Amino acid sequence: MSTGYQTRFGSLANYEKGHVESITDDVKNYAFSNCFEIAAGSKPYEKVIFGINQIYVLEVLRAEGNSPWYTCAHDEFALCMDGEVEIQLFKLDASQTVADKERNGTVAVKGEPRGAKMGWIKLKRGHQGMLPANCAYQFRAASPGVLVLQTCKGELSIERWTEICQAQ
Amino acid sequence: MSADSYQVFELGSFVFRRDEYFVHISWRANNGRPMSHTLDVGNFLRALMRDIAWGFFYGWVNFDDVFGTLNHYGTVDLYGGSFNGSMRAAGIDKLENFPTEQIRAVFEQMLDDWTNEGYDPFAAPQETGSPYGPKNGHNRPAITRAREVAKRCVGLKGDLPLRTDARGAPVNRAFADVPQDQPEVHAEPGFEDEVHAFNLFAFLSRSQVTWNPSFTSVVKHSYMCPTTEEHILPIIHGNDRVEWFFQMCDEIHWNCADKNTGKPLARVIMKAGDMAAMPAYCRHQGYSPKRSMLLVWENGSPKLVYEIQKGESPEVPVQF
Repeated sequence: MSTGYQTRFGSLANYEKGHVESITDDVKNYAFSNCFEIAAGSKPYEKVIFGINQIYVLEVLRAEGNSPWYTCAHDEFALCMDGEVEIQLFKLDASQTVADKERNGTVAVKGEPRGAKMGWIKLKRGHQGMLPANCAYQFRAASPGVLVLQTCKGELSIERWTEICQAQ
Repeated sequence: MSADSYQVFELGSFVFRRDEYFVHISWRANNGRPMSHTLDVGNFLRALMRDIAWGFFYGWVNFDDVFGTLNHYGTVDLYGGSFNGSMRAAGIDKLENFPTEQIRAVFEQMLDDWTNEGYDPFAAPQETGSPYGPKNGHNRPAITRAREVAKRCVGLKGDLPLRTDARGAPVNRAFADVPQDQPEVHAEPGFEDEVHAFNLFAFLSRSQVTWNPSFTSVVKHSYMCPTTEEHILPIIHGNDRVEWFFQMCDEIHWNCADKNTGKPLARVIMKAGDMAAMPAYCRHQGYSPKRSMLLVWENGSPKLVYEIQKGESPEVPVQF
């Protein structure tokens, strides 16, 4: 007999947020948020941190239209939680890569990327793409989607914990 | 040998026995009194399996509110009652430290001897046989699975391969509706090994175990450790660092308590898309009504635990 399990994913259009029930603790210490709620309130490609551990972050990006071109001195990974997102990749010329190889986080590419075209990827929900170190990448989404980025905190990262987290 | 032919094991002053239903642990407390503790053998074997497979994990692996291990990354504390507020206050606890290899060897022998044929302590309760009864063979293939750890990203050449039917990883019954399509990947010649994507949800839908994180992508010491969860986390994990959970589908309910005493602190109800941190001062245990996908996100820096101990890194995830 089939049990007919239904796997429940969320989306921008349809998500149900959980919560923290305090017994004796401060609910702020659990930094509770929801990626779809964050993306619903974000401008396209704002990099909103919703997880941080020292230099490391997980960011929520609302994918909508074309993003700026980005690069990074280390690998990053993009997980698609909703929608369809293309990622264009270029191997950047040395003159456009991040000069400080230890620099953390995403950096905006100045001008159009120069270098060899590496290819492109199309992500749907549940797909994860690699953004290799020292490449240039651009996200393209015909309709709003949600990305979660595994990276380090950088100059483009945004923190707005008071707005995104349960406080009481 | 015990009456049921299960072996008896000793580690320092701790003695471990099992019978058809239970594990009995005894020790001599700090005040000299002989103490004992009893656990359901199924619960004990599920916890023992994780403790071994995770290399004693980050911080505390509580088998229940009395017994467990604390990892010092080279040595491991074994304790009875030391992180139970009442037992500690009464002076009837015991904590002994062992070299990791010593405790690992005893635990592996214990798991091997006490796991009967047909029982898989990594599996969800509905997907395995019974842990109970007299000694009956073994299940070495199930208890010696290697932890799946990507060096950079799942599916890259030379890295952790994708899970497939051919590799013995069929889609789990609870994830039959999870799409199995792979991303479109269009690599220019010469970049085939750099232009890369994979279906993480399909990968997870094919996990054969529960509550056993694998590494799927790595940025320096940032480890994406997704796992599929069903029924109850077999241990109560005590943090030695902040740990983040991202619920990717379905839901898990967490009980959070003080890691030193077990005093309840909060419950965290997580649904698809929710993110929450477990502070470094807490212990937590999750309940997953249906098999779900949880991204455990870890900072695996070897310095972090010592920075927290010295007060150089906070116990809370963020202040706002």
